[in-house]
Amino acid sequence: MTSLAWLIPAALFLGLLGLAAFMWALKNGQFEDLEGAGWRAIDDQPPGPQGNKAPQGGNKKPE
Amino acid sequence: MEGALTPDTRPAPAAPPPATAPARETQLFTAPEIMCGGCLRTIETALAETPGVEAARANLSARRVSVTFDPDITSPELIIAAIKHAGFSAAPLIEGRDEVHAARVSELMPRVGVAGFAAANIMLLSVSVWSGHASDMDEHMKTLFHWISALIALPAIAYAGQPFFKSAYAALSARRLNMDVPISLGITLATAMSFAQTMRGTHHVYFDAATMLVFFLLVGRLLDESMRARTRSAAENLMSLKALTATILDADGTVRQIPSRNLQPGMTMIVATGERIAADGIVSDGLSEIDESLISGETLPKRVARGDRVHAGTLNTAAPLRVTTTATEDNTLLAELSRLMLAGEQTRGRYVRLADRAARLYAPAVHLLGLGTLIGWLVAGHGWEIALTNAIAVLIITCPCALALAVPAVQVAAISRLFGQGVLVKAADGLERLSEVDTIVFDKTGTLSLGEPTLALDQPIDADVLARAAGLAIMSRHPYAQAMVRAARARGIEFDPQMGINEIPGSGLSMMTPEGEERLGSALFTGVTVTDPRQAASLWFTRPGRAPVGFRFEDRLRSDAPATIAELKSAGYQVEILSGDRPDAVADAAHVLGVSAYQGGVRPDEKLARLTDLKQQGRVTLMVGDGLNDGPALAAAHASLSPSAAADIAQNAADAVFQGEKLGAVVEALKVARRAHRMALENFGIAMVYNIAFVPLAVMGYVTPLLAAIAMSTSSILVTGNALRLRGMNLKLAPVAASKDQVQE
Repeated sequence: MTSLAWLIPAALFLGLLGLAAFMWALKNGQFEDLEGAGWRAIDDQPPGPQGNKAPQGGNKKPE
Repeated sequence: MEGALTPDTRPAPAAPPPATAPARETQLFTAPEIMCGGCLRTIETALAETPGVEAARANLSARRVSVTFDPDITSPELIIAAIKHAGFSAAPLIEGRDEVHAARVSELMPRVGVAGFAAANIMLLSVSVWSGHASDMDEHMKTLFHWISALIALPAIAYAGQPFFKSAYAALSARRLNMDVPISLGITLATAMSFAQTMRGTHHVYFDAATMLVFFLLVGRLLDESMRARTRSAAENLMSLKALTATILDADGTVRQIPSRNLQPGMTMIVATGERIAADGIVSDGLSEIDESLISGETLPKRVARGDRVHAGTLNTAAPLRVTTTATEDNTLLAELSRLMLAGEQTRGRYVRLADRAARLYAPAVHLLGLGTLIGWLVAGHGWEIALTNAIAVLIITCPCALALAVPAVQVAAISRLFGQGVLVKAADGLERLSEVDTIVFDKTGTLSLGEPTLALDQPIDADVLARAAGLAIMSRHPYAQAMVRAARARGIEFDPQMGINEIPGSGLSMMTPEGEERLGSALFTGVTVTDPRQAASLWFTRPGRAPVGFRFEDRLRSDAPATIAELKSAGYQVEILSGDRPDAVADAAHVLGVSAYQGGVRPDEKLARLTDLKQQGRVTLMVGDGLNDGPALAAAHASLSPSAAADIAQNAADAVFQGEKLGAVVEALKVARRAHRMALENFGIAMVYNIAFVPLAVMGYVTPLLAAIAMSTSSILVTGNALRLRGMNLKLAPVAASKDQVQE
């Protein structure tokens, strides 16, 4: 039973890690173009000089 | 911005150009032809090579490009030119008139994440506790697990439940009831009671049910909102592409292109043949014909000359014009229309959504039931403690999780089905209102008809003559000339573009041949005397030594318009036509379509009056229209639809926009809306059955946390599963007679 003392915090920590990763992804616009992201992955040309840089704020509406 | 926080009161240096940070702007452009992964790279590479562009990113899902650029070096117009050069059409994005939304996608996503995390972890602990009942888990361990659950649940619910709490609070402060009131009450009570029980170390701990409830409801709301955002963004893309640009002639003689919204009064616009006029103004030079069908529904072009007033959105058909823009004063057509639109919106009144109507019945019933349970157990002599626990258990089990998902789940399925068929439902309650309609009022020009001239088919025209005439016509941008070219191509006639053609604006085309002069143009220009008044608007083709040939043009009905009207009528809908076009043209169209109720030459305020009339007769109207003149009627009708070629005011006012040539989209929208309504009721039924099954157990005090968790999840999943069936269903338009009881409150 004493193993629970570290198993539960460990499980919660891993869960929180996942949550943090999700939040990070949301904030960085990883979910903004789900279709396009798939195509970019199979595009085998080298990245252009600046073409693949995302503008600030991704595709959000400009303030 | 540096130094803004220092208490430095010295005047700032006159012009401190920040050498490190040049001014940057980010703008969104819509590019509807982004269809593949390769397009992303093509556009991004093209933009990367454009001077002044710092970063560009194309979005395949939204069909948009976000560009960050230095406004000193480049401009949105140059960026659009670069995208066009890469082979895509593009336009700066114009955001539509937004409704007030309870919660946005970007706000809901993190809440869903938090609620999901909490629900999963608490469930993990709860399953241990439940299985502990069967094994040897001791009381201390259970209490510890409950405490950990509380630690996760309390902050998670406080954060993730906010959309519901806010909405419930707003409803209560307006002295109304909506579905979020019983939801918030259920969640809050479940959490508070579980916390109290945890402190006392007892068994009635519902953290798992409460967090799962929040999670399910948030997912439902997120799906609803993201579907709506998708349709809204598609509608914005459509509008942006149609936005007008104006060619401006400056005082120093330079010519530049600017978007119509940047136009100032007193500017001189050059309007080329075939272009739409970008703003209201007065003709300062030129003689032409203006097609005002988008404004008035009138299909015959109107002659304008120096000093005449022209309206934004009308099409210049004959010759280039110079127009001096005028301010949008109170007496302009547009200002008058906006006033009427406002009046129209007010007559529509507040619509109470189905879910909120259900909540009005449901919430008092549930709260009375809870109170009854409390009193019942007290009377039976079990003391406060047990009575309160059971009363709260009743409120938890009746917390309308399935009921709250019943409508959104159906809406998501229905809107995504319509989205696939090119119907964009923009208004949040548009589908519900659409399902209650029993009378349909159509505009003619641009709605029942295509809104562009087509060569009439009732005249036998020699293929040889048509080929020759089309060879001339292809050199002109006049709508009639273009219609002639289309007609020739549609019949598969080969023709050679002729050379040496002279276009006389407002009159026609002429060409010298060895035999003499061939002319294609108005009766006056070709020297033909017209006896039939209907031929007045037509084109004549004269060749030396041969009889003149007349081409008559008509505004042809959409190909499936007769079938659509017949289907609507056979389903029991009352169909009416209200058009601003000439009464005889409207009568012709009505006759072909078999519509007996029609009116031509109707002004916008008369359309509005007719709709108000119908409403007073107890009819529930759907207005289908495209013109500026339909705007007030679209705003006043119970529900409204617009084709995607409609004027921007009409599209803004409409609940839904349909794309493509087919009018059948109207039938499809009605079918899906009515089926969705039935399905929402079905879902209410499922939710009720679940309540009827579990409420007695709750009243008797048999609801355990395990039972609550199972009951709540299964009913939610059932309701969502039922709604998803709508996507693949084969629908028929059912008779409308039975819907009389569904009248707006």
